[in-house]
Amino acid sequence: MTAITETHRPNLPKGTSTASRAHRLAERGVDTKLLMLLPAIVFALVLFVYPFSYGIGLTFQPLPEIQDKFGGGIFANYVAFFKDPFIFDSVWITMRLALPVALFNVIVSIPIAFKLRHKFRGKRFMSTLLVLPITLGTVLTAQGLLIFAGRQGWLNRFLMETGIISSPLPLVNNYLGVVFSLVISGFPFAYLLISSYLSGIDPSLEAAAKTLGANWKQRFTKVTLPLLAPGLATTFILTFVLAFSVFPSARLVGDPLGGTRVMALMAYRSFAEQINYSMASTIAIMMGVVELIVIAIVLLGRSFLYKGSTGGKG
Amino acid sequence: MSLTASAFDTLELKDVGRSFGGREALADLNLTIRAGEFIALLGPSGCGKSTALNCLAGLLPLTHGEILIDGKRIDVLPSEKRDFGMVFQNYALFPHLSVAKNVAFGLEVRGVAKAEIKRRVSEAIALVKLEEHAKKLPGQLSGGQQQRVAIARAVVLEPRIVLMDEPLSNLDAKLRLDMRTEIRRLHQSLGLTTVYVTHDQEEALSLADRLVVLREGRVQQIGTPTELHNNPANWHVADFMGYRNLLDMELTEVSGSEARVSGHGLSLAATLAQPAKPGDTVRMAMRPHDLNVVNDHTVTTGRNVFTATVGVVEYQGREFAVEVTTSTGQRLFVHAETAPRVGEEVTLVLDPARALVYQQNLDAGVSEEEREHQELAEVGS
Amino acid sequence: MSSHTAQHDAAATEVVNIAENRNRGKLPPGEKPLVASPGTWFVWAGVAVFFIFLFGIISSVVVDSFGKGWFTTWLPQEFTVSWYQSAWTRFDLTHILGVTLVVAFVVVVVSILVGVPAAYMLARRNFPLKRLVMVLFLLPILIPPITFGIPLATVMYNFGLGRTLIAVILVNLVPSIPFVIITMTPFIEQINPSIENAARMCGASMRQVFVRVLTPLLIPGILAAGILILVRTVGMFELTFLVSGPQSDTLVVAIYRAMTSAGGSEARALVSSMGVIYTAMMLIILIIALRFINPTQLVAQVKESRED
Repeated sequence: MTAITETHRPNLPKGTSTASRAHRLAERGVDTKLLMLLPAIVFALVLFVYPFSYGIGLTFQPLPEIQDKFGGGIFANYVAFFKDPFIFDSVWITMRLALPVALFNVIVSIPIAFKLRHKFRGKRFMSTLLVLPITLGTVLTAQGLLIFAGRQGWLNRFLMETGIISSPLPLVNNYLGVVFSLVISGFPFAYLLISSYLSGIDPSLEAAAKTLGANWKQRFTKVTLPLLAPGLATTFILTFVLAFSVFPSARLVGDPLGGTRVMALMAYRSFAEQINYSMASTIAIMMGVVELIVIAIVLLGRSFLYKGSTGGKG
Repeated sequence: MSLTASAFDTLELKDVGRSFGGREALADLNLTIRAGEFIALLGPSGCGKSTALNCLAGLLPLTHGEILIDGKRIDVLPSEKRDFGMVFQNYALFPHLSVAKNVAFGLEVRGVAKAEIKRRVSEAIALVKLEEHAKKLPGQLSGGQQQRVAIARAVVLEPRIVLMDEPLSNLDAKLRLDMRTEIRRLHQSLGLTTVYVTHDQEEALSLADRLVVLREGRVQQIGTPTELHNNPANWHVADFMGYRNLLDMELTEVSGSEARVSGHGLSLAATLAQPAKPGDTVRMAMRPHDLNVVNDHTVTTGRNVFTATVGVVEYQGREFAVEVTTSTGQRLFVHAETAPRVGEEVTLVLDPARALVYQQNLDAGVSEEEREHQELAEVGS
Repeated sequence: MSSHTAQHDAAATEVVNIAENRNRGKLPPGEKPLVASPGTWFVWAGVAVFFIFLFGIISSVVVDSFGKGWFTTWLPQEFTVSWYQSAWTRFDLTHILGVTLVVAFVVVVVSILVGVPAAYMLARRNFPLKRLVMVLFLLPILIPPITFGIPLATVMYNFGLGRTLIAVILVNLVPSIPFVIITMTPFIEQINPSIENAARMCGASMRQVFVRVLTPLLIPGILAAGILILVRTVGMFELTFLVSGPQSDTLVVAIYRAMTSAGGSEARALVSSMGVIYTAMMLIILIIALRFINPTQLVAQVKESRED
């Protein structure tokens, strides 16, 4: 109401907004309803931003023994991170696990999502089964893999009795074990994401391509794939994040001192076993940095793709 | 213009049918389309017209019948091999490709040489007057422009047939009229055989050479716009063709095609459009235009003159659409040259030749054989 | 009657036609071939291998938890439920399950109460610094839990909250609140804002709009998000592990500790029996959840195919 009365005042200089201050703020989207955001922001600041900055501060307060060993003053933790091969190698070890697993999950999900996108009997049942591993959790998957794929497990026993192999395959307590565990927890997730992206593409686009004479290969490469690509990039990022922060499975089904000595494990070791909070924070934050670099690269690639509406409801 | 007419003589649909899990969406569609014809499939939503189009396009497999071009079966071909062009209701433009790329799509997948693609694409874009927008993405265009891209994309391939699935239904009224003219102009200049699906009778009448009216998956009538407009085959087609007044009456006298019906406090002379015998309950269909308000009070007696009370008056530019109520409370839509007052009693004149009498039963008109069946059944019951 | 027979004949010829087409390798479009293509085989083989692993893993654990003396045979020598009894008393599972459920429940309720209004604002409004706020909510989901978990745990220990139930709840809220916001924002965006405007034109206050109009529309989304948070929180190992102690361990952490305890881990079957309890709990949650939602709906609304 105030705004209306004020606009009728004749003797204000031209160009000055005659609306009240509250209205001008409201015009920019600022009013009391914005308070609904407040609790979430407070939580984020207190539980995420503050500890995170505190952690960053902590990385510049290295323990004396680290300073003595690696030098570098307040940067000693970072010097140690890059100079100590036992720590720095974990970067490659983590990448060697997370990148192939994330790629595998995405690439294998595409044809499966494609084949299963039409309605068929038992589709809902299958989707339900596919969600199952999400509920198993890493610890239980690890325990199951140790028993199922271990030297005495059913898998090796079956392969030996059918004569396919002569001695048990080393499938757990190594790199392969962690890969299995990451695929089992990551693949259903990738499948569900990709099939929902796929269902967001208007089916009449493919019908149009069909009537224009495109065979299924051309329809896939020229229509569906370009429309799906941003979704694939997002799925890759999310499965990569899952695989990158792998921790329990690397410890339980992997080889925690060798082939699966991932960054998360190193950080936890500093934190809980060596009680070196500043080094632990350093490794943890470097872990975040490495991950964000990978994500940034994928996002950069994604920015070249078409990302607008794909015609569907999704 | 290098776009040329279709290279075939006739396209034949024989007993074409499609059912979805036991429900027949389309049955016994028989139609022969000559090259260069503009055919409209007309009917309310759910009548099977889109099913028919999708079957023709190969997007839906047939459950019955066959489709032949010059005697050769094509219903066994997948849609990409049929050489048909299709314009979708939602246009189905590829959102990630520019206008030019959208139009070029079909040529590219056929492996046409680059230079030729360029030439034909720019021709097609010029044809629909979108030269300035060639580099834009579909999302940046207005509805009418998107529509024109969809048409260009379909005709650039010089398809044997262009299929259009309610292409104008997403446009506003004015644009719809413009695009209608545009489509007619394109058809006339390119001579492309076109099958056009719509629920708008006005659109179908103005565009098509022949119309196919469908109801519940079955053909009701096939004919030219004039035939359908003047002689609908049954009351459903009549209803669809703008015969807004449908009255259930008793048939009292029949002589040749002339008939007398009574009911609703009226006794009127009419014309038999379907065979019926005295005593039958029939449905009489009249256009508002054939039911005129007369100001000349000298014509107060004579055949087919009666009075009614004016209820609603709508101005329609030069003339008036009027809703009146007869003495027995029956509402009628009539036509007036000058505006009557609401509540006024007016005199109406009906041309007996334009009051068409139909059987109530819709399936009656389908075939002689079936009518016999029905009559037998009715006698039995 | 004659027309009926004719129809039957037509149907019969059609069947013959289809069979002939199939023999010639020419199928009417949409007609499925009897012999699947290599691509189809690949897909089904992949799915089959996945399910073999999945069921192998689950049933191994189940058999192990009921078995006695399972070393070099297909199945254990005898079956028993004693592992469950000893696991229950030894690890005080009543307490652990109680902790797990309390933590999960509190986290779900708090994240929805805090997250949904924020998601609403992000979906409906533009305001200064909106992008920054979005990034603030995205980071806890993208950054590995260990990365912020270790500094967060350090702060918790400094404040004397280490190993308490409060700490476990708080750390789990860090990714959960943003998760609710990120999943609910697109869900709210797809609700037509004119519905709210219509409610306001009918004279409803903002609070009434929320309670009477939006909440019923948001229920499916809230349920989906809530169930995902529940599953995530019960399964969340990394963050809980960093701050929990003997009195505040959730079930996953307890299992992990049993598997890795210093001085030789616990008997394998003991761990397996705890694993089965964990899976059973998750399955119950999942079954309840699937009564309300379709898994593919979690990310986007599914458009059904044209051919229906």
